[in-house]
Amino acid sequence: MFESLKRLYHKFGSPKYFYDITGRMLPWLVALSVLLLIPGLIYGLGFAPPEKYQGNSYRVIYIHVPAASIAMSGYMLMAVAGVVVLVWRMKMAEMVAKSVAPIGASFAFICLVTGSIWGKPTWGTWWVWDARLTSMLILLFLYLGVMALNAAIENAQSAARATAVLSIVGAVNLPIIKYSVEWWNTLHQPASIRMTSSAIDPEMLYTLLSCIAGFYCLFAVLVILSTRCEILLREQRSSWVKKLVGV
Amino acid sequence: MADPLVSQPVQAEEVPSMWSGMLAVMKRDLLIAFRQRSDMVNPLFFFIMVIALFPLGIGPEPSTLQKIGPGVIWIAALLSTLLSVDSLFRQDFDDGSLELALLSPQPLFVLAFGKVIAHWLVTAIPLILVAPILSIMLFMDGDTVKVTLYSLLLGTPVLSMISAIGAALTVGLRKGGVLVAVIALPLYIPVLIFGTSAVEAASMTLPYAGQLAYLAAFLIMALTFAPFAIGAALRISVTSQ
Amino acid sequence: MTTALLQTVKLFCERDDRVLIRDLDFTLHPGEVMQIEGPNGSGKTTLLRILCGLSDDYEGDIRWQGEARHQVDSRFRSDTLYFGHLTGVKFSLSPRENLRWILQLKGVSPKLAGLDERIDQALKSVGLHSYEDVPVYSLSAGQKRRVALARLFVEPARLWVLDEPFTAIDRKGVEQLEGLIQSHAEMGGSVLITTHHALELSAIRKLQLGLGKGTWRIH
Repeated sequence: MFESLKRLYHKFGSPKYFYDITGRMLPWLVALSVLLLIPGLIYGLGFAPPEKYQGNSYRVIYIHVPAASIAMSGYMLMAVAGVVVLVWRMKMAEMVAKSVAPIGASFAFICLVTGSIWGKPTWGTWWVWDARLTSMLILLFLYLGVMALNAAIENAQSAARATAVLSIVGAVNLPIIKYSVEWWNTLHQPASIRMTSSAIDPEMLYTLLSCIAGFYCLFAVLVILSTRCEILLREQRSSWVKKLVGV
Repeated sequence: MADPLVSQPVQAEEVPSMWSGMLAVMKRDLLIAFRQRSDMVNPLFFFIMVIALFPLGIGPEPSTLQKIGPGVIWIAALLSTLLSVDSLFRQDFDDGSLELALLSPQPLFVLAFGKVIAHWLVTAIPLILVAPILSIMLFMDGDTVKVTLYSLLLGTPVLSMISAIGAALTVGLRKGGVLVAVIALPLYIPVLIFGTSAVEAASMTLPYAGQLAYLAAFLIMALTFAPFAIGAALRISVTSQ
Repeated sequence: MTTALLQTVKLFCERDDRVLIRDLDFTLHPGEVMQIEGPNGSGKTTLLRILCGLSDDYEGDIRWQGEARHQVDSRFRSDTLYFGHLTGVKFSLSPRENLRWILQLKGVSPKLAGLDERIDQALKSVGLHSYEDVPVYSLSAGQKRRVALARLFVEPARLWVLDEPFTAIDRKGVEQLEGLIQSHAEMGGSVLITTHHALELSAIRKLQLGLGKGTWRIH
């Protein structure tokens, strides 16, 4: 069991293997995300029953909640890849971590935008310093820090190692930040309407789950595409890439 | 020429103690800081000036200043830490001391830890000492002044440790300054929240021990983990030249 | 045959997509001096940084006294002296304070009996007598360099890794340094050195780099 895991790990460590296997996985992932997302979003935004208190404005959760979840797990993925980079010096992990950062940041941004769209009819303003939104804003800042550091260092390998340290530090801090912000929020705004406060209708729940799964597939597709791009760039001198692009 | 041309090395200890390396770094950095006093006072002046700008920008009403006082002091402390930390490793990086530290038999994180402590003593202690005066100028009273002092005493070492990670990551880059801010500021937030809140609680004569306890917990966490991150970051910066 | 102090096995290093060193195998025994030669950009400094542990941008093995270097890292470091382009000398400290600190980094106890006398002796040997207590910034470029060179007289290390040690040193100083290297080798120490200066030492091996595509030659 352990041996085969180790072998799998070494296989995934090879850029060529990663490129080949993800090339075969991609069509399935794309199909899966289309199958989950399109019905989920159409039903969620158009046909799912309106919420008891918020009416139709709640429908934005079908984008907001998946985006929030992905932004969070994207950062964790980056930190895990960072550990692999620092401990095992795996090149593939460097490329994955680099690709995740801008995609995760985009999902954090989407989450903030949808949050403020939901906030307008609910609170009457585009922005409220609500605990979740504020945490997400800070998560976006953390992503931006990682991206800025990565962009500032020219050598790809040292950039990857430096960002690995930063994303691990960020990941350790993330729960503390989240907790602090929640604590701060209860201190300053005791009563605020929460997005998922009322008991959720099963119809809504299944739609939401379908959207979450679909967005995760989409996230995987984007990360894989971006990582494959990075592989070609980094391995441009190797014979298999030369053969692939027909030089 | 009568000079002996033979190398006569002195004896090193078989297993050098970690504390001796850390103390040596601290002593050296304190000595250097004492000789280059401007590095020591500039963050302090910055701290005082930023705080003095608020009444000028917002207006001198005591009630307003009293309300924003804790936040103003904490944000000024945070910015001044950020400003001074850029020079923490840069000189050592430029003159090769970091290379020597990396090649020393002592673990790098211990030496880096010594540097951060020295830096905190030199830049943060003066700031903590003037903070009570400034808080009086912002119309905060008795207990509040005391709590400002406590919260800064517990919180600024955490800020120093966090920004040292940023400084260590960017020390090899020409354009370090703003980047350190972008990296470190989001990580400051918990300290800012609990630091400000402790002072606010005191100003409303509410219990503030809880917030101070949180700050102490952050301090313990930072002291436990940050040296390793700083050491790893320095190693990456030095070896990837 | 004694065990080699330092040994490389199939060392490979590339920088910015250019192969600097391919399959480098060499051994450095106690008492040997090896000069690394090659044109600018041939990877001399890079190789020295790899060998003394300042860069991990390589593939292959480095062994210290027959054991993998990373396993005996602390022993390796306390027995190696690196002298690079950057000297690690602090300008606001005096030469004496600088040496004291560098020795302390190496694990020399500050309470060691006679430490100050030994430091002063070393400074005297590099011609800095009566400059022990002035701040380094008031010294000339050559003198600043000599502060760092004084390390060679007191710092405990069997392997010296010297990267262009003769920069900014006058002719007499160069002669003195050559004598010092010679005596270090005679006492069983080893030296890795890069220099554009023709070394007048008996029994010196030369590692030629920069012959194209990472090839090298030892003679």
